Amino acid sequence: MIPTPATNVRVVTFKIDDRDFSAREDETIIQVAWENGIRIPSLCYLEGLSVWGACRLCVVEIVGSPRLVSSCSTRVAEGMEIRTDTEPLQAYRRMILELLFSERNHVCSVCVSNGHCELQNLAQQCGMDHVRIPYRNAAYQVDSSHDLFRVDHNRCVLCTRCVRVCDEIEGAHTWDSMGRGIHTQVITDLNRPWGESDSCTGCGKCVQVCPTGALVQQGTSVGEMHKDRQFLPYLSRMRDAQ
Amino acid sequence: MSETKKITVATTWLDGCSGCHMSLLDIDERLIELAQRVDIVYSPLVDGKHLPETVDVGIIEGSVSNEEDLAKAQDFRRHCKFLISLGDCAVNGNVPAMRNLFQLDAVYDRAYSENVQHNPVRPDDGVPALLDVVKPVHAVVPVDLHVPGCPPSADTIWFVLSQLLDGCVPNPNEVTRFGA
Repeated sequence: MIPTPATNVRVVTFKIDDRDFSAREDETIIQVAWENGIRIPSLCYLEGLSVWGACRLCVVEIVGSPRLVSSCSTRVAEGMEIRTDTEPLQAYRRMILELLFSERNHVCSVCVSNGHCELQNLAQQCGMDHVRIPYRNAAYQVDSSHDLFRVDHNRCVLCTRCVRVCDEIEGAHTWDSMGRGIHTQVITDLNRPWGESDSCTGCGKCVQVCPTGALVQQGTSVGEMHKDRQFLPYLSRMRDAQ
Repeated sequence: MSETKKITVATTWLDGCSGCHMSLLDIDERLIELAQRVDIVYSPLVDGKHLPETVDVGIIEGSVSNEEDLAKAQDFRRHCKFLISLGDCAVNGNVPAMRNLFQLDAVYDRAYSENVQHNPVRPDDGVPALLDVVKPVHAVVPVDLHVPGCPPSADTIWFVLSQLLDGCVPNPNEVTRFGA
């Protein structure tokens, strides 16, 4: 979580891809970029939820800085020169996507989210037409115990949007993550089947924010899962207004 | 019409459903234009039985799942100047690679014992042995161009072929993606 800035917010001027911008100093690079049509790729960032900074797809270069920063968790600053689409960044993003595709089992052609998947779209946008590293071929569980929803861990990219929306918007905190590194998995309650969860309200917000076919509605077949996130900016605006 | 030297093309299918070849046929009347500019010298779609010594463009559909697939992929790489992985099975393993989540013995048992009522036996003669792991084509031989899609649409295939015929290397991501 980024520390809350002082109430007396200043306006700063800076450059993104050689274009001049000004914004409040409490805005992040990705917010300003997206507001101005500069589409920095991202998977874990979602407007209305807290910042996680895990997927690293939104890394950008700051001129004069030797390291890359994630644009979702970095605030704009006076005089900053940001580059969002250089060749090294394109190469890093493609590698991140290839690692994601190789880590679990994303079989787009038979996925319920085929055609409506952020991971699939990012692969196309970022020029990933094949995966150069070997696939892990590790088997993951599918939990269909819930009446309304299903979780297919084969398709999960561990963006934790489900964890955050459940905690921050619905207030149930049914979802969390378990394990470390490559063994991390999202879980419901204390790793009980979703259908046996006491805390799940069945609201389905986790399903709607999931970028892939990991969390879906029961009864959907290939390509039938459309996600609807309109509730999120509305709810977070209402919450901020309180 | 003056007969300039035609570009030679060979195609083959490995572990796939032949849908990518069907999609190639789906380019409809553009097949005539294609036939005027290329010679399909070896393919499941034509009579030629042998892969010529040198072929300009090789197109592989399907993943590498058994020993015969592997030999075909290596053969194509040896004889084709420019090799294309056509479709998700060739590009990423796709549905055939879903068996990679199981041990090979379990796969054989499922096919030849568990679901068989009469004389369950694992075939060891006349059919190629399965490989332990199903792989995309580029995991066994270098590939020059990847065309994802399940199957890539006729327009995608036409885009790729016509760009190549015009001497450009196309970017298939402009028109197709995994699962398209």
